[in-house]
Amino acid sequence: MALVEDIKISEPRISEATPRDYFDLLKPRVMSLVVFTALVGLLVAPGSINPFIAAVAILAIAVGAGASGALNMWYDADVDAVMSRTAKRPIPSGRVGREETLVFGLILSVLSVMTLGLVTNWVAGGLLAFTIFFYAVIYTMWLKRTTPQNIVIGGAAGAFPPMIGWAAVTGTLTMESAVLFMIIFLWTPPHFWALALFKLRDYEIAGMPMMPNVVGERATKRQMLVYSVLLAAFAVLPWPLGFAGPVYGIAAIVLGANFIRHALAVWQMADGDATMVPAKKLFGFSLTYLFAIFAVLFVEIIVMRVLA
Amino acid sequence: MSDNRPSIELTDAQQKARRKRSIAIALCLAAFVVIFYAVTVIKLGPDVLNRPL
Repeated sequence: MALVEDIKISEPRISEATPRDYFDLLKPRVMSLVVFTALVGLLVAPGSINPFIAAVAILAIAVGAGASGALNMWYDADVDAVMSRTAKRPIPSGRVGREETLVFGLILSVLSVMTLGLVTNWVAGGLLAFTIFFYAVIYTMWLKRTTPQNIVIGGAAGAFPPMIGWAAVTGTLTMESAVLFMIIFLWTPPHFWALALFKLRDYEIAGMPMMPNVVGERATKRQMLVYSVLLAAFAVLPWPLGFAGPVYGIAAIVLGANFIRHALAVWQMADGDATMVPAKKLFGFSLTYLFAIFAVLFVEIIVMRVLA
Repeated sequence: MSDNRPSIELTDAQQKARRKRSIAIALCLAAFVVIFYAVTVIKLGPDVLNRPL
């Protein structure tokens, strides 16, 4: 494998990296989703938490998620360099070295877990440690390059933040927080496979076993539809389970129906369709969907608390 | 005792980047100290003095 040797790393040189480059190692866009879902988990949880403690807990979860992103970039520098989507990341573009990234990721991992554990409780701290381990080791080092189920199982790492937020308040893992986990867990496959469909060539060049280039487009689209239906069903659950009201319930039904509609369009898309418009639309909508689901849950709970 | 190794002259870009990194580290450390001070006050309050000696 000559992939790694093609990148200019590890030459003795004086760094020109700016704080911005280190910030980019934390995958700020993924972090924004983590912050948002963790915050909703924290606010929806029964019980009270000091607002400053809550802010520190969210910061610790965000930094922990960022640390796992940095560890991912450290390990994946070789494949990132050959994919158009990731070629401009700090390591492949030569702005930050691999060793610095590894140390940066490890230090932030330890600091974030210690901070969350000390400030809230060790159930939350332990869960954050497990999430970082799951994303960096189970997903990045093991599954990502070996199985097309990589993002299905790896998706669990992205689904933990609302559970961590919940645990920060209650110190427990419950059915309700597991439902929030399941919503993100089931959302991940259709979201990423939509991306994989229109970035298929990239993943092929990088030799990554994504679902479309292993089992074909047809089978992938069918699986995306199945996950979309499961997602739409699970997303309604907070309403019957009683930790969300009818406003959330109806919003979840409407959003879920739209998600299935987009997934159906992808399913009906002709194989070999080069423009991939429905897949791009599903990818875009999936982001809106997740933000909307958690935003409605968040707003409804806040309004209900203010009125109560 | 003299050091005969050639000294390394940093370019402007390298110096600027190093200064920015130093400032960022300083700000992060300061924030860390403030956070733990505030958390200690919130979690313990006056009890911070109320311990067996």
